Amino acid sequence: MAHATLFIQCIVDGMYPEVGEAMVRLFQRLGITMDYPENQTCCGQPSFNSGYRKEAAKAARHYIETFENKGTIVCPSGSCVAMVRNHYPELFEDEPGWRKRAEHVGKRTFELTEYLVDVLGIKDTGAYFNGKVTYHDSCHLNRHLGVASQPRELIGRVNGLTFVEMKNSDKCCGFGGAFSTKYPDISTAMVKDKVQNILDSGADAVVGCDMGCLMNIQGYLHRHNYPVKVMHIAQLLAGEKGDAA
Amino acid sequence: MSDEILTDKYVENAVKAIHDNFLPKAMEKMQSGLAKATQASYQNLDEGPELRMRAHDIREKTINNLDVVLTQLAAKVRENGGKVYFAKTADEAVKYTLDVAKRHNVKQVVKGKSMVSEEISLNPALEARGIEVNETDLGEYIIQLAGEKPSHIIAPAIHKTREQVGRLFSEKLGVAYTDDPPTLTRIAREALRDKFLQADMGISGCNLACAETGHMTVVSNEGNIRMSTTLPKVHVAIMGMERVVPNLEDHDILFRLLSRGAAAQKLGGCVSYIGGPGGPDFPDGPREFHLVILDNGRSRILADPKFREILCCIRCSACLNACPVYGKIGGHAYGATYCGPIGAVLTPLMVGMNKAKDLCLGEPLCGACRQACSVNINLPRMLLELRYRLAYGDDDWQTRQVSPMEKTLHQAWAFLAGHPALYRAFLKAGAVGQKIFPWSKGMIRTMPGPGAGWTRDRDIKPLADTPFRERFKMLSTKKSDRG
Repeated sequence: MAHATLFIQCIVDGMYPEVGEAMVRLFQRLGITMDYPENQTCCGQPSFNSGYRKEAAKAARHYIETFENKGTIVCPSGSCVAMVRNHYPELFEDEPGWRKRAEHVGKRTFELTEYLVDVLGIKDTGAYFNGKVTYHDSCHLNRHLGVASQPRELIGRVNGLTFVEMKNSDKCCGFGGAFSTKYPDISTAMVKDKVQNILDSGADAVVGCDMGCLMNIQGYLHRHNYPVKVMHIAQLLAGEKGDAA
Repeated sequence: MSDEILTDKYVENAVKAIHDNFLPKAMEKMQSGLAKATQASYQNLDEGPELRMRAHDIREKTINNLDVVLTQLAAKVRENGGKVYFAKTADEAVKYTLDVAKRHNVKQVVKGKSMVSEEISLNPALEARGIEVNETDLGEYIIQLAGEKPSHIIAPAIHKTREQVGRLFSEKLGVAYTDDPPTLTRIAREALRDKFLQADMGISGCNLACAETGHMTVVSNEGNIRMSTTLPKVHVAIMGMERVVPNLEDHDILFRLLSRGAAAQKLGGCVSYIGGPGGPDFPDGPREFHLVILDNGRSRILADPKFREILCCIRCSACLNACPVYGKIGGHAYGATYCGPIGAVLTPLMVGMNKAKDLCLGEPLCGACRQACSVNINLPRMLLELRYRLAYGDDDWQTRQVSPMEKTLHQAWAFLAGHPALYRAFLKAGAVGQKIFPWSKGMIRTMPGPGAGWTRDRDIKPLADTPFRERFKMLSTKKSDRG
């Protein structure tokens, strides 16, 4: 039986706990047992991306200490996993001891959809969703981790669902962490395009694997009163027949 | 450099571009066609898309041995009868070119499009000496007439509509207005034909210089490079010192990737291989050939192992065609010669990280540039490296810490990240504190301080009263309530 240690990134923990809950329901349905180390905090990505590597390294050490004795670690965010897997070793390039520990934990940290499809070989999660869905490729998940087909395979097997590709699904939505608040004009010009492509697809819901991007898309949709639903893939896959759509 | 560097106006100029009536549409059209076509053209390489990795190795090896390869190149060019000048600065390169012009009593210059000549502001220097300069690339000719600067490395007038070009030609060349592209091209061609025949000197850039043969490869769309470099009696080619390949085998690989990266072509439209001056056996060349090899800050980049990789760039401009930020703000917003992702890395290294900080900070790190790069340069890594230098300051680059305040915030966050109990308390306090902001249908409508930028055109989800960390226990103990 599969067991996963949950790494729930800060945005989901604080702002979108329902996404974490959906992941738990999904894993329960699939028979995956879980544990959640309560000492976990933030992976340090916000500091790393802004250049504050010493501060990012502090968060990284905390992550490594919290998770290194765990088995398979699963996170509902591609960019946090990319941080742990790809950037932690860079962060400790002059500290061989920590680097080794970082690589060790990085190899066992997986993004949700790559865990389901690549590690467990699950494509059909038995989920149900009544509606038309499109998928947004988050940049770090797609380009840093190379995960693009896995979420589509999972979505494609959801019962009752019609999948439709939007135009330029792999184009950045303009989130970019601090970029979105420091350069709001450029950021919103980008999310405006993304939203237009979502609307043009005719989908009832846009699904993604990273709440950073989805928070950006949702923020713009909500401000402009567009009725499109924004869902993390965990929420989609946790859905069952009889759920309110 | 005499030209003004406007990198500190990045945001202001970006906003202007975003709200321009035409620019975003032109960018969208260019990018949606080229970016995907370029990706497809990499897939269709005989050696497969992995050739980009091999090209990266070739470039890296060349850059690591640049002194040796450049010495070989210089020796070979001299052997072929050309003259070689190593210019340490932009001023030295300009002065050398002016001296050559003076010696030959040059009155008129025809130029092939060259970004490196933009970098050293050569045109104004020539004009100040009373020398007439005519750009001969169609796009470059258009922006020269308009008194503007290129907004794309290989498509300099991408920001102009055909109607704008029609009005410009009618005003500057005294022809009847038309916005028919073939007619406009014919008008430019006729206007330029005389210039080619009258010019005393031709100036070009250099896409690739081959150390083994001593030849320059220069690509154009209109054949204007061939005319600029062979009709006048003197030809001066200017190259950044990194644009060298050791041998023909490597040249072949890089040239094929350059053509694909630039325009998704197997081969550039018109390719000139320039082997030096003409002579008894080869009467078609100019009487004198000069190669100016420009440093202008490149040695400094070479000396920093974290930034050296940027010298692998062959300026194909594939990153511009893929970058979603460039696609919104166009080339002029970058405020210096090189724009797009390559400019976002290179410009701070050339004009100063503090002065050009917005170029490397004003990107979402999406990685489209790396995916597009014909030689697989890790541009996002260097954007992050620039941010790192800016975060703490760097004496070697005369870089000041960008924001002590921001650093304090990150220190505080790192402290919280290392202390789970405080982190929990912070989330709880935030969930209460946020209640003072205006809400609308469950979302926060206005945030102060750093969040204000977000809420200008977007709402944001508030912090939950109960974070996931407190919900997990309940969920895991009462087995799924559905099953």
